[in-house]
Amino acid sequence: MHGHADHVDHSEHQAHLPVGVYLRVWFMLFILSAVSYFVDYFQVEPLPLRWVLIVLLALIKAALIMNYFMHLGSERLSLVYTILLPPVLILALAAIVIAEGSYISMIRALFGG
Amino acid sequence: MTEHQQAAVAGGRRSAWREIVADFSRDVRTYPFGWSKAMMWIFILSDLFVFGGFLAAYAGARMAATQPWPDRGHVFSLTIGGAEVPLLLIAIMTFILISSSGTVALSVAASHERNRSKTAALLGLTLVLGACFLGMQAYEWTHLIHEGFLPSSNPAGASQFGATFFMITGFHGTHVVIGLIFLARVLLRVLRGYYDRIGTWEQVEVAGLYWHFVDLVWVFIFAFIYLI
Repeated sequence: MHGHADHVDHSEHQAHLPVGVYLRVWFMLFILSAVSYFVDYFQVEPLPLRWVLIVLLALIKAALIMNYFMHLGSERLSLVYTILLPPVLILALAAIVIAEGSYISMIRALFGG
Repeated sequence: MTEHQQAAVAGGRRSAWREIVADFSRDVRTYPFGWSKAMMWIFILSDLFVFGGFLAAYAGARMAATQPWPDRGHVFSLTIGGAEVPLLLIAIMTFILISSSGTVALSVAASHERNRSKTAALLGLTLVLGACFLGMQAYEWTHLIHEGFLPSSNPAGASQFGATFFMITGFHGTHVVIGLIFLARVLLRVLRGYYDRIGTWEQVEVAGLYWHFVDLVWVFIFAFIYLI
């Protein structure tokens, strides 16, 4: 068995990133937010590309925040998987709700709702 | 190097799963930190589901709308020197919230060094930035309501817009308010030397996690509600 002494110890000296890392991530978040703002400002065409760019930029920003600001990258994998796996279910919910939404939209168009 | 780390270096993905199984099947606690940090992570997971559910519902409501969706660039524009700049207020709010997330990250780093004055100063700066964000959101809501935007209807298009917009940004704003109260309490305790007395500064990190989560949610609100 693994001793748990190293675990208790672990909490005290984990996630000591140098201050420069935080400043660089901060700067990156600024740049990425500005880019997504201008993707919308200049109305990048075609529309699917604009949406893909905006979602992609949001995901990169989220990854930066979770990895560096919330230190998820330097936590044990048991926590990383506890946090990151369950939200995948939200995608399933979104897929179902969007399919249902387009169906309702069709019904409303047909019957003037 | 501990036994864990050696195993991780040696065997890539297979040992990653082994590490997870070992952590969960151990007879002691699974997560190697205090209970308050573990509970904050579990809370964040549950709150991800709350906002994930809201955004999914938003997508469904928007798909089901028969009238055109309001043009957010126009609805949230500010007029500067006669020219209409789309989404300007929202862009400023985004930069302010990201900055407050940065100051909290630096504050947590200072708390690891047990530097009382630096931790407190950065927490104070975070409070100021958070309050600015909240003030701008209050202005945004007031402005919209004066223009006739209500949860039930609005003059710019599909009525579903008001319902989802006010619910989702309202919930996020409530999280900001709770975060400000949380951070203010932690700030007072830092100033009083409470964490030196109890021997752990973990609560600063826990409050930081919550505040980063509020920023994380805003990233998706900014993308899905305002831009897309």
